[in-house]
Amino acid sequence: MIEFHQVHKTYNAAGREIPALKATDLSIQNGEIFGLIGHSGAGKSTLLRLINRLENPSGGRIVVDGEDVTALSSGGLRAYRRHVGMIFQHFNLLSSKTVAGNVAMPMELAGALSRTQIAARVAQLLARVGLADHAMKYPAQLSGGQKQRVGIARALATDPKILLCDEATSALDPQTTGQVLQLLAEINRELKLTIVLITHEMDVIRRVCDRVAVMDAGEIVEQGTVADVFLHPQHATTQRFVLESEHIDEASQRDDFAHVEGRILRLTFRGEATYSPLLGRVARETGIDYSILAGRIDRIKDDPYGQLTIALMGLETDVEAALAMFHAADVHVEVLR
Amino acid sequence: MDALLTRFFPNVYWDEIWQGSLDTLWMIAGSMPFTVLIGLPLGIVLFLTGPRQLLAQPTFYGVLSFVVNVLRSIPFVILLILMIPLTETLVGTSLGVAGAIPPLVAGAAPFFARLVETALREVERGIIEATQAMGASLSQIIFRALLPEALPGLIAAVTVTAITLVSYTAMSGLIGGGGLGDLAVRYGYQRYQPDVMFITVVLLIVLVQVLQTVGDRLVVFFSRK
Ligand SMILES: Nc1ncnc2c1ncn2[C@@H]1O[C@H](COP(=O)(O)OP(=O)(O)OP(=O)(O)O)[C@@H](O)[C@H]1O
Ligand SMILES: [Mg+2]
Repeated sequence: MIEFHQVHKTYNAAGREIPALKATDLSIQNGEIFGLIGHSGAGKSTLLRLINRLENPSGGRIVVDGEDVTALSSGGLRAYRRHVGMIFQHFNLLSSKTVAGNVAMPMELAGALSRTQIAARVAQLLARVGLADHAMKYPAQLSGGQKQRVGIARALATDPKILLCDEATSALDPQTTGQVLQLLAEINRELKLTIVLITHEMDVIRRVCDRVAVMDAGEIVEQGTVADVFLHPQHATTQRFVLESEHIDEASQRDDFAHVEGRILRLTFRGEATYSPLLGRVARETGIDYSILAGRIDRIKDDPYGQLTIALMGLETDVEAALAMFHAADVHVEVLR
Repeated sequence: MDALLTRFFPNVYWDEIWQGSLDTLWMIAGSMPFTVLIGLPLGIVLFLTGPRQLLAQPTFYGVLSFVVNVLRSIPFVILLILMIPLTETLVGTSLGVAGAIPPLVAGAAPFFARLVETALREVERGIIEATQAMGASLSQIIFRALLPEALPGLIAAVTVTAITLVSYTAMSGLIGGGGLGDLAVRYGYQRYQPDVMFITVVLLIVLVQVLQTVGDRLVVFFSRK
């Protein structure tokens, strides 16, 4: 478990103080994929880099699996860092080393394994990330997705318990992003690895994360399970991220609403309810009429969900009856107008 | 052939030219290792203590940087003369190949150190961070990541420094340093024998060309980008 107790970080740049992270409490469970989302400059990287002490906190305590990592000696810090892998937006592979050389590097630095043991482990790691045929190539000869796979293999070399990902897919195209995310999800399952992942795309969070924290101006403004945060965003920043990920533009949405009469509702279905023919049944039994303004059926990690924005038209008593039926069917109803 | 040479280069003693060439090569070969031995660590220290680097030490960096700049701004001819007493204590003479080496090193090492600092700054910051994140110690970061990544830049720095040393050796001829520069001064300048001047200049050009070509090839060979 990664725990932040009143951790804060202030940078001093050219005599100016920049409060990059305000006093923050946070706990990340073992084995989960925890997402951090926020706009540029929100303090995501700062928070992430505090975990493996690439940045030193200005105050507060960071406790990982019961050990206070803010109090480590320099030797202790180096040993601790071997339990925390990290991958980066721009991969940060050594251009002077081959793919195999890059993956071997953390083990060579640790000095615990023999040459043959390292070679065997390198082969195993490269096979795991699907790069067995590229061992002798140099990073410059690889595509972005392949470079990130090397990054992942390298990060896993010393068998870490935690993997930190700083915008690991931001430099990749959508298809490659999907493959890398899938690889991360597999690794998380197979190795019971805790993953902390930074992104500025809600879609990345939706696809792989279990829980998410939304950051804004050096603070965590909202956090919870991805389903809760994604389907019922509370904070303005979160709402904007969600709209963005659904390619909805607020102005045109208002415009759409102006064109219809009656109540406007947002219905959220989760799990099996997603596939049930509820809407038709409600219309038949209560005699209301409806029109669909927006809708989406997708998955959060592996769970299906549906979200429909509808306008309900009919007698007030019929509308009330319809609302009661939605509630009874465990559909979350938000009245937008 | 001999007749032809005597006709066009009446004043040239080929034995002396040969000896002068050897002396020049010896001066470069003798001063380059010491230049690297002093300049490389100095360059690494400059880099590490520089602004926003791993061991940022503004005051220390400021002082060291100033000293390096002072050494670099002294014209080499003046350095040659200033160094005479120190050279005599170090190698017993201020003349000949041996006498030339200390001032050559003193002139070239600060220059090389700056080139090393620049080459190390070219290494992406992210590489250092990734290495830190692996749990590397400072010396591992330097020797396992920084220097290998900067290798092409460091080879280019050695090349430029070696070529600078060629022109320095030519100047050390002024105070009896030996080598091709010495010949150019004694015959070409003092006795006004343009043929000797011509030959020495051609040989120096050839030497610079060879150094540059070899250096460029090595840079290409070690570049993986
Ligand atoms: N080394 C540093 N020195 C000074 N200020 C810094 C430093 N690193 C970050 N900051 C500042 O701290 C704030 C938070 O930066 P941080 O890198 O954590 O943001 P981020 O959320 O990761 O942004 P991005 O999405 O652009 O990567 C920013 O205002 C940034 O300018
Ligand atoms: Mg960042």
